[in-house]
Amino acid sequence: MKISGNVWKYGNNINTDYIIPGRYMELTDPYEMAKHAMEGIDQDFINKVKKNDIIVAGENFGCGSSREHAPLALKYAGIGCVIAESYARIFYRNAINIGFLALECPEITKIVQTNDIIEVDLTEGLINNKSNGKKVNFIPPPPFMLDVLNAGGIVSYLRKVDDW
Amino acid sequence: MGYTVSEKILARASGNDAVNVGEIVKAKVDLVMIHDATGVLAIQAMKDMGRTKVWDPNKVIIVHDHVAPACTIQSAKVHKELRDFVKEQNIKYFYDVGEGVCHQLLPEKGHIKPGTVVVGADSHTCTYGAFGSFATGVGSTDAGVALVFGKNWFKVPETIKIKIDGVLKNKVTAKDVILLIAKKIGVSGATYSSLELSGETISEMSISGRMTLCNMAIEMGAKAGIVEPDEKTYSWLKSKINGIYEPILADEDAKYKKTLKFDVTNLEPQVACPHNVDNVKPVSDLLDVTINQIFIGSCTNGRLEDLKQVHSILKGKKISKNVRMLIVPASKTIYKNALRNGIINDLLDSGAVISNPSCAACFGGSIGILAPGEVGLTTSNRNFKGRQGSPESEVYLCSPYVAAASAITGKITDPRSV
Repeated sequence: MKISGNVWKYGNNINTDYIIPGRYMELTDPYEMAKHAMEGIDQDFINKVKKNDIIVAGENFGCGSSREHAPLALKYAGIGCVIAESYARIFYRNAINIGFLALECPEITKIVQTNDIIEVDLTEGLINNKSNGKKVNFIPPPPFMLDVLNAGGIVSYLRKVDDW
Repeated sequence: MGYTVSEKILARASGNDAVNVGEIVKAKVDLVMIHDATGVLAIQAMKDMGRTKVWDPNKVIIVHDHVAPACTIQSAKVHKELRDFVKEQNIKYFYDVGEGVCHQLLPEKGHIKPGTVVVGADSHTCTYGAFGSFATGVGSTDAGVALVFGKNWFKVPETIKIKIDGVLKNKVTAKDVILLIAKKIGVSGATYSSLELSGETISEMSISGRMTLCNMAIEMGAKAGIVEPDEKTYSWLKSKINGIYEPILADEDAKYKKTLKFDVTNLEPQVACPHNVDNVKPVSDLLDVTINQIFIGSCTNGRLEDLKQVHSILKGKKISKNVRMLIVPASKTIYKNALRNGIINDLLDSGAVISNPSCAACFGGSIGILAPGEVGLTTSNRNFKGRQGSPESEVYLCSPYVAAASAITGKITDPRSV
């Protein structure tokens, strides 16, 4: 399976207040949340982002609040996946749980810039920067998480189970 | 081979003799907490799983604290939906608007027991580690899974032992200690790990202070922050808990990822500067910073001990005309105690605005919003850009003593100088 898209690159410690500020926690419709994606750090993000675009970031992406609004806002804004050097624990779980791809790649920020086009090969564990020809490998999600992702999230994964 | 508190609690909850670091286990949870900012999504996840009933209505706690009272039509709708859910499911413990902040209420109302597993749809759920429970923040869908099954999956974390020794000087508190630790470990230095806090400083520390420490474990990325229960814990819990509980202590030969030692004998008050919690400096380096708003409250520092500290500095004094000071007790019980002790009256006379127990200004979702260019000083837990309002505002984190002293001068002030 391959995903490709245009990159938006951010730095380290992109917290969930940046991804969607606290004043929007009252929202329950993910499409409404999406209108405020990345608003805390990039107020123009939602106007410039296109479907299947990819967010690239440094260490500790999604730190701070446990709000699931954060991965939901990104997913429903059309983001294809996030690739970060590392993640905060709760964001990572939340992303997998809602069926949103969050990939860990310690080298990613070295080979891509905003507006590069990259291709992610999930089977090969390879990221190919089509804009500059640079390539880097990533750590595939553990098997349990891939099962959850393939099911479309933990809700679908557990839907048919009587006692889990 | 010995095990840490987290490993032993997760072993017991997953029905194993022992569990090992990195292993994924399915563990029973003793309690699930959801609140008005995350609860509706958790219920949605439960319904999307095709379920109509929570696994045990006596073990689900719902708190309206984030936007309380509701200040928009949308937040009012969320509150109503959760109240309807409480009725429909016969949820036994529901704390509506005005009762307080979830992480204060759960221990105060006797829900938190040593040795248990607690999940909460809020990152500061780690606060309950102050009572020796394995308590961790999860997202709404994870909370929804726990609502349905009474369990969830956990990756057994590595444990970092933090040993803190030394007697804290006057006007130096648990908040200064945890800011120092955050500076040392960094905002992601404990990701996926559990922190076990021990040492003579912790033994001497009040329960309120221990809650402040464990509360901020998440600010270093930790999955849990745990203080082993001791006589102080048991005596605090005595008046609040009915029935028995089985505390879990670490084995003497437990294996830790690493041990970090701190001597806090000469520690001075600490302040976290914008825009990260580990950007910590001693108060003496920041004395020229002008403040517009001071917030005293939250699950980190809104307890009676905190209000008493603020009162000890402000009694009989007026706050600067250039600042506004918002004080929000973390629970109704604390509020009533502070009223009875005359603290609230004196603080009103000093010029404070007192609001009903809630999360208030901590997360920028209801009252106490900062304008562009403004600077906030707060006893809460996060100073991210825009956390308390405009992305062009700045937030500094400090102890109640520093907040109170700074209220008098309108600048960041060393509480030992007033």
